[in-house]
Amino acid sequence: MSIILETTGLTMRFGGLAAVTDFSASIPKGSITGLIGPNGAGKTTCFNMITGFYRPTQGQVFFQGQELTGKSPHCVCRAGIARTFQNIRLFGHETALENVLIGAFVRQKTGWIQSVLMTPASRREENQLRDQAMELLDVVGLANIAQEKARSLPYGAQRRLEIARALATQPSFLLLDEPAAGMNPQESLELMDFIRTIRTRFDLTILLIEHDMKVVMGVCEHMWVLDYGLTIAEGCPEAIQSNPKVIEAYLGEEYVRHA
Amino acid sequence: MKNTTWLNLLLILCLGLFLWWADGTLDGYKIRVLNLIAINIILALSLNLIYGFTGMFSLGHAGFMAIGAYVCSILIMTPAQKETQFILQEAYFWVQNSHAPFIVAVVLGGLTAALFGVLIGIPLLRLGDDYLGIATLGFAEIIRIVANNIPRVTNGALGFKGIPDHANLWWTYGWCVLTLFLIVRILNSNTGNVFKAIRDDETAAKAMGINIFKMKLLSFSFGAFCAGVGGALLASLVNTIDPKMFIFIQTFNILMIVVTGGLGSVTGSILAGIGITVMLEWLRFVENPITIGSWTMAGIPGMRMVVFSLLLILVILFRREGIMGMREITWAGIARFMKRGKA
Repeated sequence: MSIILETTGLTMRFGGLAAVTDFSASIPKGSITGLIGPNGAGKTTCFNMITGFYRPTQGQVFFQGQELTGKSPHCVCRAGIARTFQNIRLFGHETALENVLIGAFVRQKTGWIQSVLMTPASRREENQLRDQAMELLDVVGLANIAQEKARSLPYGAQRRLEIARALATQPSFLLLDEPAAGMNPQESLELMDFIRTIRTRFDLTILLIEHDMKVVMGVCEHMWVLDYGLTIAEGCPEAIQSNPKVIEAYLGEEYVRHA
Repeated sequence: MKNTTWLNLLLILCLGLFLWWADGTLDGYKIRVLNLIAINIILALSLNLIYGFTGMFSLGHAGFMAIGAYVCSILIMTPAQKETQFILQEAYFWVQNSHAPFIVAVVLGGLTAALFGVLIGIPLLRLGDDYLGIATLGFAEIIRIVANNIPRVTNGALGFKGIPDHANLWWTYGWCVLTLFLIVRILNSNTGNVFKAIRDDETAAKAMGINIFKMKLLSFSFGAFCAGVGGALLASLVNTIDPKMFIFIQTFNILMIVVTGGLGSVTGSILAGIGITVMLEWLRFVENPITIGSWTMAGIPGMRMVVFSLLLILVILFRREGIMGMREITWAGIARFMKRGKA
């Protein structure tokens, strides 16, 4: 399997604090992988380095053979990497449909001058984007509330809308930051199915950060474990579960007893 | 879709009929107020695009207006007129001899303002919120002081007098409708959605692949263009301009219209533009001596601004989102309202 994303020795220091040290990962195309670790282990920092929100102190990011290190977030998105946020960040005053349309803007060919002049090309494209956006909302099950303001949506719907919005940028690589946060077990179960579905449907590679062990172990094919910024383990779920270092750092004895 | 286009055209036709009637019957003062309404709406819409829709707190509107006003005035005055005006120092050759028809002058006034918008936007738009407000306020002051100190272009503190009064109801309302059309078209396109996205959450917008800086610059310079057009029309309407005309109060008045109407509401800006312009004129009576029974209050110049500032405080206290909030009056909304009335 070919590698879609590769990081080599990613390190992020904030002053004297090393948030992430020497994070190296190769992610095969089409896989679902996970990034786990206790609070403050540096998972989101890794996401921010990959998506261009932070410029790594050291190390490099390669995406489809192209170097992305230090590129600005919008360039990273244009290259085909989309993300969601740990604390949902929707465009609150806009409707669900508009949120998805905003995601599609990065692939829009006609610009504002054409919309002002109402050229046929621009009208056609805007209609097309609208149809595609409705389709995406349908995929995440929000088509019936497309005209609702994003901030008035229930929590679960907001999470799904954020994913739909990320998908609208037509990514080939999707980073999900704690997609199951705040979900009950039933919802988490549905989420696992949903993640697998979108992977196949949109031909995606997915990297997710997650605290919910059921989700991580259930859906990921490979994972990295961070603790205090260091990569302490990597492997398939079974290997991670029995790795003593991980058990000590993160899963704790309790988990072992219940598992 | 088609229906609303017809309704909009009908509305413009009604406006045209009203203007035709007003032009023939109303006295000069009332026509002046009508003209000011149109100009204030243009200015309010442009500031609303920058502040209300894209979330950039800009206090530089007076600066852009000044640029538009000066460029337009220089272009519409004849060389002979300019010769009599520049008494402090002789005008530069290109100032002295440039001359253009009114419409070209207004467009060039707007474009020059937009150019300045780009030039100051490049360093300033990286700033956030309050910092941007302070920096743009500084920009407007710089423009005013520069205008005071380049007498060979602006005639210094004397300013210009006797600027040809091309701006009549047709021009001002023509530009007003055009501005409204352009801004509504942009806001209704996906570009408009992106502006609002930047206002709502810049970080998320970045993650969506939006080049924040480019889009902010677009919105800012477009707003600057409209402000320049408004300034140009104002110059031709009031016939005289000087640097003192473009002090902070000018920006404040427009900001007041935008905030009262509702940040992020086009129809709010229009309603407040009409309301506040009319009130600003009507309230002039508080500056005259007032007699209530046996008690007489001497007229205090500037009293109406006190009343107005109080009004703004009340709006902020009791209806922070303005008259309209972020809502709009739409044809669909009116239709719904009528139906509810019947049922």
